Amino acid sequence: MDDAILNALLVMASIGVAAAVILYFVAQKFKVIEDPKIDLVDEALPGANCGGCGYAGCRAFAEGMVKAGTMEGFFCPVGGNDLMKDIGPILGLVPEDKKPQIAVLLCNGSIKNSIPKFDYDGDQTCSFTTNLTAGVGGCSFGCLGGGECVDACNFDAMYMDPETNLPVVKFNCVACNACVEACPRDILELRNRGPKEKRIFVACVNKEKGPLSKLNCNVSCIGCKACVKVCKFDAIDVNNFLAYINYEACTLCRKCVEVCPTDAIHEINFKPRKPKPPKVDKPKVAAKPKAEKQAEAVVADLTKDLPKAEAEVEVKAEVKAEVKAEVKAEVKVEAKVEVKPAEATATEGEEVKSEN
Amino acid sequence: MGLLTVSGSPHIHGGLSVKKLMWGVVIAMMPAMLASFYYFGMGAIKVTLVAVVSAMLFEYLITKFILKKEPQLHDGSAAITGLLLAFNVPSNLPIWMIVVGALVAIGIAKMSFGGLGKNPFNPALVGRVFLLISFPVQMTSWPVVDKVFPLGLDAITGPTPLGIVKEGLDNGEPMSDLMSQIPSYTQMFIGESGGSLGEVSALLLLLGGIFMLLRKIITWHIPVSFLGSVIIFSGILWLIDPNAYVNPMFHLITGGMMMGVFFMATDMVTSPMTPKGQLIFGTGVGIITIIIRVWGAFPEGVSFAILIMNAVVPHLNSLFKPKRFGKEASNG
Amino acid sequence: MGLLTFKMGGIHPPESKLSAKSAIEEVVLPKQAVVPLSQHLGVPAKVQVKRGELVKVGQLLAKGEAFISADIHSPVSGKVAKIEPRVDSTGFRKESVVIDVDGDEWDESIDTSTDIVKEIKLDQKEIVERIHRMGVVGMGGATFPSHVKYMVPDGKTVEYLIINGVECEPYLTSDHQLMLEKGEELIIGITIMMKALKVDKTIIGIENNKPDAIENLKNIAKNYQGITIEALKVQYPQGGEKQLIDALLGREVPSGKLPLEVGCVVNNVGTAYAIYEAVQKNKPLIERIVTVTGKTVGKPSNYKVRIGTPITELLEKANCDMEGTGKVINGGPMMGKALVLLNVPVTKGTSGVLLLEKAEAKRMPVLNCIRCSKCTDVCPMGLEPHLLSIIARQAENERCEEEQIMDCIECGSCVYTCPSGRPLLDNIRLGKSNVGFMIRNRSRK
Repeated sequence: MDDAILNALLVMASIGVAAAVILYFVAQKFKVIEDPKIDLVDEALPGANCGGCGYAGCRAFAEGMVKAGTMEGFFCPVGGNDLMKDIGPILGLVPEDKKPQIAVLLCNGSIKNSIPKFDYDGDQTCSFTTNLTAGVGGCSFGCLGGGECVDACNFDAMYMDPETNLPVVKFNCVACNACVEACPRDILELRNRGPKEKRIFVACVNKEKGPLSKLNCNVSCIGCKACVKVCKFDAIDVNNFLAYINYEACTLCRKCVEVCPTDAIHEINFKPRKPKPPKVDKPKVAAKPKAEKQAEAVVADLTKDLPKAEAEVEVKAEVKAEVKAEVKAEVKVEAKVEVKPAEATATEGEEVKSEN
Repeated sequence: MGLLTVSGSPHIHGGLSVKKLMWGVVIAMMPAMLASFYYFGMGAIKVTLVAVVSAMLFEYLITKFILKKEPQLHDGSAAITGLLLAFNVPSNLPIWMIVVGALVAIGIAKMSFGGLGKNPFNPALVGRVFLLISFPVQMTSWPVVDKVFPLGLDAITGPTPLGIVKEGLDNGEPMSDLMSQIPSYTQMFIGESGGSLGEVSALLLLLGGIFMLLRKIITWHIPVSFLGSVIIFSGILWLIDPNAYVNPMFHLITGGMMMGVFFMATDMVTSPMTPKGQLIFGTGVGIITIIIRVWGAFPEGVSFAILIMNAVVPHLNSLFKPKRFGKEASNG
Repeated sequence: MGLLTFKMGGIHPPESKLSAKSAIEEVVLPKQAVVPLSQHLGVPAKVQVKRGELVKVGQLLAKGEAFISADIHSPVSGKVAKIEPRVDSTGFRKESVVIDVDGDEWDESIDTSTDIVKEIKLDQKEIVERIHRMGVVGMGGATFPSHVKYMVPDGKTVEYLIINGVECEPYLTSDHQLMLEKGEELIIGITIMMKALKVDKTIIGIENNKPDAIENLKNIAKNYQGITIEALKVQYPQGGEKQLIDALLGREVPSGKLPLEVGCVVNNVGTAYAIYEAVQKNKPLIERIVTVTGKTVGKPSNYKVRIGTPITELLEKANCDMEGTGKVINGGPMMGKALVLLNVPVTKGTSGVLLLEKAEAKRMPVLNCIRCSKCTDVCPMGLEPHLLSIIARQAENERCEEEQIMDCIECGSCVYTCPSGRPLLDNIRLGKSNVGFMIRNRSRK
């Protein structure tokens, strides 16, 4: 009996020793010498592996940056400027400052604005339907409502609004570019978040002549150039009957929004306008419904919850802040969302502020 | 006029559905099921009912409350799993064991992989093998076939022909003695051998199989290659030494062979998808079955053989592609 | 001996030839004709007329300048009202010429008599040139410009001309009726094609559910050299080029190659008739035969329609019950495209207008794949649709290419047979467009 136990012990021990020796030599033989900075940078990165930086993952991004020896052209959209400032000392470099961005949907062809002309029954993938038909509303440029962008989002920053059948970008968007690349019709664009989250953009990508695009959609850009004339900063271009506002040049003066005959230009998160004497010639384009619509388009996720449980929104934000401590830019946006429920009535969206 | 519907082509469908396929299998199993009721009586009815109901119940509960999806009981796949499980157990098995078997079959072998179509192993067989390994005594005490409709639950138990031969050969008894202990081939073929519910009548299982072939629910590849390899492999052994190995005919009509050939190995989900792959699969199952029956510890090997071959199905699928059109241009 | 057919896969959907044996009727001219400038595969034609110009029937409207392109002629006489993008059957806008119809004045060069001209006066080069200039395209549905097929590259020889009279799509009967009524013209068209290709052997493949057409053509072909008619077993998709060659000659066109590789040129019977009219009558492709059929059609019929006629007018003439209709298809039920709007024009590729009932229009609910491999069994190209569908959806483009996704002929047999109602072909089309894009990018580098 004793012999058996002894034998077993001996055999086990000798196998262990042999394995350890083999492992040691193999490890020596196949050792990969790597710049320790890569590990440090990799640790500092959020680890989301979203690919928003243009690299296959966070590790690849770290490798690329360390090997390149410069931070120019390297930017982690998830971590943002703060993260890049943290990484700078590791590499002994100073990062360039980039303005925080957010994905913006350049289409407002909701079910109401672009009335469905047929009933689509088949595979819902946007990249398939874009070849099959022009889209249920008839616009061959606008959103197909298949939600491929939402599927592409790794940060739960998008959802499909069942009422409009359009995707909605939430505030926690990190501008990783995944949705922009997923959209087969190039409707999403990364734009600067702007001071206090204020943005002005043309929510249309239709390049057809005015009368034609108007046939399918009430809120399409018709290329009338009214906005170009009123813009003092040369921020608006019209190409192929489509206006585009350059966000770098735009000063958010809001003049173009007023003159747009089709409400194609959206303003987001502005204070409500001072009441003006009612215009006789443009009864449709009243300020209030427009503001409502814009609020709905971008901050619907927050406004929905506002009247009921604004506290919950804040709590949620705090919890997220703890969990994703390293995702600093996101945390800032999330955590500092202030809600003034007292004013949350007709123009809810505009009260949602971010002190970024 | 409402809005027109638009979708990609084609715009018509042949009308075949999962439901039709599955209920077709159930119909094919009916004759053998009725035969088992006739031979084993109330016990068989009880086992079948419990197995089917509990399989369907578990599927319903798991889809509804764990996967949070709409249960698809009407497609009949859970009913088939239940029926197959019942076919694979003796009629005097305690009810709670059947329920456990159904839970293992549906819960572990099917739903944990994502439900219909995603399971790598045949759920009913996983359930059966689980029971066989966990409760070997109850799973192998087969009630002896009594032509009188036995209403009582305590039927006399005894070994199956396969068991008799296996044990006898292991103990060195001569073949001729053993052959006299088992029923005649005709009796076994029509259904007078003890065993699981579904092992009772090879003839009726064969009928069900032919029905499925005619209805194009299954193709000929797996049954033919399975039976062919069993006949050839056991035939070779028998020719080498008729005293040590039983003849191929015995292998064909005893045990779960017919049930395995037509209902288990041909399960669409767990069998290869190309004709070549199916031939290899059938051959493999046949050979492994005979190996287990002749040299293994268990008298019956069909279920193990099918499970083993199930495991290599993904490889068969990627190794044996169908012949592509125009791959080798044959001019002339 | 059994009838010939192709070897791999195939299905047999219900034939539903409701409009069979209904003679070809002419449809009255529309008030306004919309003629898209891109009715064929390849580069759109360049417009040659101006707004306000008066045009005659058969006058050139647009010229196909690229190699793979086709001329467009005016199907009506009248005034060019507009040249603007108009919605086509898929909902996309395409540049079109809109003509307000005024009378029916034909161009003088066109022989409008119904006499059959047998003598072929033109030589080979002139024939090809004439086919090119008359805007003839493949009438089977793919609308590939026909003249391209008759410009055989150096080093290739054509052994057989194969004429496709299969019409394997359920419901459609336009080719069938053409073979019955215009047999003589058809065969003359074929002799013209044979002259253009310098071949002496032609096989016309017809499925044997059209015995009268087989009989009719056999009788006529007796008087001509080198034309044989072969009855084929009914099986879909026998009308596919590659399947037809396989069925008739047992030759397999290699993957990614043209039928020319095995010494064949395949054309549709409709094309043969169009070539007859182009060469012997100098008449451009301005009208075609369209089947209007379906269970909600009061009078399923075959119409001779001018290009540019709105489909709504056909539906009115055929006395359709639009209330019960859920889907309108341009073409057959297997490969046709569902119409987005009804007021779109008939084009060169409109082989039929099929109306489906509301109940038929919807697809069945999608279930999990049960790996029954029925799609693999029926695939005429020996592909694995279940696999392609999954990897196409996951955008594994390299693997799709390895599994030969580009060989898919989009016949729809897999979807037709799938018991789980999975959108296999939708996914495969997506994969094909991705892989095609990838291949083009690669060759550009």
